[in-house]
Amino acid sequence: MKILVCISKSPDTTSKIAFSDGNTKFDENGVQYIVNPYDEWYALVRALELKEANGGSVTIITVGTAEDDAIMRKALAIGADDAVRIDMAATDAFSVSMQIAEYAKSNGFDMVLTGKETINYNGSQVGAMIAEAMDLPFISLASKLEMNGSTATLETEIVGGVQIVEVNTPVVISCAKGMAEQRIPNMRGIMAARTKPLTVVSPTSNDVLTAFETYSLPAAKTACKMIDPENMDELVELLHNEAKVI
Amino acid sequence: MSTLVYINSRNGLAKNALEAVTYGKKLGNEVTVITTGSADDVTLAKLGEYGASKVLVDKSVSGDDSQQLTRVIATAAQAVGATTIVFSHDLTAKAVAPRLSVRLKAGLISGAIAVPEGDTVKVNVFSGKAFGNVKVTSAVKIISLLPNSIQPEQNGSACPVESFNGNAGDARVKLLDTKVPEGEIPLPEAELVVSAGRGLKGPENWGMVEDLAKVLGAATACSRPVADIGWRPHHEHVGQTGVAIRPNLYIAAGISGAIQHLAGVNGSKVIVVINTDAEAPFFKAADYGILGDAFEVLPRLTEAIKKFKSSN
Ligand SMILES: Cc1cc2nc3c(=O)[nH]c(=O)nc-3n(C[C@H](O)[C@H](O)[C@H](O)COP(=O)(O)OP(=O)(O)OC[C@H]3O[C@@H](n4cnc5c(N)ncnc54)[C@H](O)[C@@H]3O)c2cc1C
Ligand SMILES: Nc1ncnc2c1ncn2[C@@H]1O[C@H](COP(=O)(O)O)[C@@H](O)[C@H]1O
Repeated sequence: MKILVCISKSPDTTSKIAFSDGNTKFDENGVQYIVNPYDEWYALVRALELKEANGGSVTIITVGTAEDDAIMRKALAIGADDAVRIDMAATDAFSVSMQIAEYAKSNGFDMVLTGKETINYNGSQVGAMIAEAMDLPFISLASKLEMNGSTATLETEIVGGVQIVEVNTPVVISCAKGMAEQRIPNMRGIMAARTKPLTVVSPTSNDVLTAFETYSLPAAKTACKMIDPENMDELVELLHNEAKVI
Repeated sequence: MSTLVYINSRNGLAKNALEAVTYGKKLGNEVTVITTGSADDVTLAKLGEYGASKVLVDKSVSGDDSQQLTRVIATAAQAVGATTIVFSHDLTAKAVAPRLSVRLKAGLISGAIAVPEGDTVKVNVFSGKAFGNVKVTSAVKIISLLPNSIQPEQNGSACPVESFNGNAGDARVKLLDTKVPEGEIPLPEAELVVSAGRGLKGPENWGMVEDLAKVLGAATACSRPVADIGWRPHHEHVGQTGVAIRPNLYIAAGISGAIQHLAGVNGSKVIVVINTDAEAPFFKAADYGILGDAFEVLPRLTEAIKKFKSSN
């Protein structure tokens, strides 16, 4: 089975979030990028497990600039066979998805896996967009994935619970918690990653449908009001009369 | 100019569906609702009270196959000449709205938290640590509204309900089983949430959390380690890697307030923190803090709420 895993970067969660150029740009000063946790822990690791069990290959793909090669090497160190980078700064989910769909179509994959969402833009858009562009079924937010020949059985989150569904490959799947356990790359993996193929491909188009104009930060919280642990009537009174939430 | 709102009416009219229709109304143009599922016409006609002038229902689609839903909504969008399509940003929307965006080449704004200002819409970014203002460059736009961002407003009257053939086509995803726990308030929709973490010491102590949730009519949630060790079900895990919620009231007991936890709850209107450690980072994000033992404070709070409810 040939599996394509979409890998994006996200700022390390402890990064300070700030904006520059009149609040029009994310301030990357001192920001450490990591592989987006959903892509790494769930999509990539499950793909590797499937390959280990059934044979095949795992290719990772990123739409990004040369600066993203570092996170791609990290994903290669965890065990992907090869990497493809579409050489374009990722700004809009639509344009990113069109590039990935194009590549996936012309290279014939049985399965395209994405993470649940990127943790910087939280759009949860790219997987479904790729599926539509390829006219394939899409399984959203899968927490379990088992293969039997060309049939996939999946558990997915739905409003208020879970569903068990079955679908034939080729298919696009977005991966959420539960899919797999995080893997820590070992020294051998890191060494091997240096020489694994990382192909850079030029974008074929860059149609965007959306643009972030400005950013802002939430207003600072006013200081926390401390309440006597013996006096919960006071808390109830404040929640009712001051905060008006009960 | 016309607005189309998609709602999932399988379990009746959920609050987030009413929010989406209200939001559609606030955009100023005529609002048509497109829905699938089994709700009866009398129930659907009530959407008129929230601003819909007409409800179209395609009962041929029962499941969540994103290709079928996308075709139905696209057909409806064409039928009414929609210039804006609104979703509530729930699990269905996450699978369908992006597909529709590609199908119609209409820009998608996902996770909107306010009505548009000029030509931009405010969304949550960086796991709720910042906001972005997004513009759509295509003629038709799709907005997926984060639940609990606006309140449903009722000021119209019942509207006509018409059956609609959205040319759904075949489902390629076969549904084998659905497991929806009965009687629980789905966490993303809950207005009040009681949550607890490792400070509760063990699953046998969750009775206090559930008691408080019950008297409040709140949903329960937990921190990630609590779900990971199996003290609580996974769907209760809130935070960056779990569910992001924005209830009116979030009560956190025995949770330290790590940045990844805050990422899922910092959109809450009011946060109450109960912790034995004055240095717990959660106090910095809290509106009301109680420095004390959850084992004593939770039952006391439950009693105080009971007293309040019986006298109000
Ligand atoms: C990439 C990444 C993603 C993550 N995603 C998430 C996420 O989505 N959600 C999440 O929650 N975490 C997440 N985490 C984990 C997070 O960093 C914290 O480890 C976790 O939130 C801590 O859980 P906790 O507060 O329950 O436990 P602890 O950190 O152990 O805190 C327990 C708290 O209880 C207090 N306490 C102890 N006894 C009592 C008592 N009797 N009464 C009152 N208070 C008491 C203690 O003072 C302490 O503050 C993530 C971590 C990483 C690295
Ligand atoms: N620039 C990118 N390159 C490759 N994959 C991406 C990119 N952006 C997003 N993805 C994938 O799409 C998923 C959802 O992203 P998003 O729609 O931005 O929330 C991520 O978890 C990744 O798997």
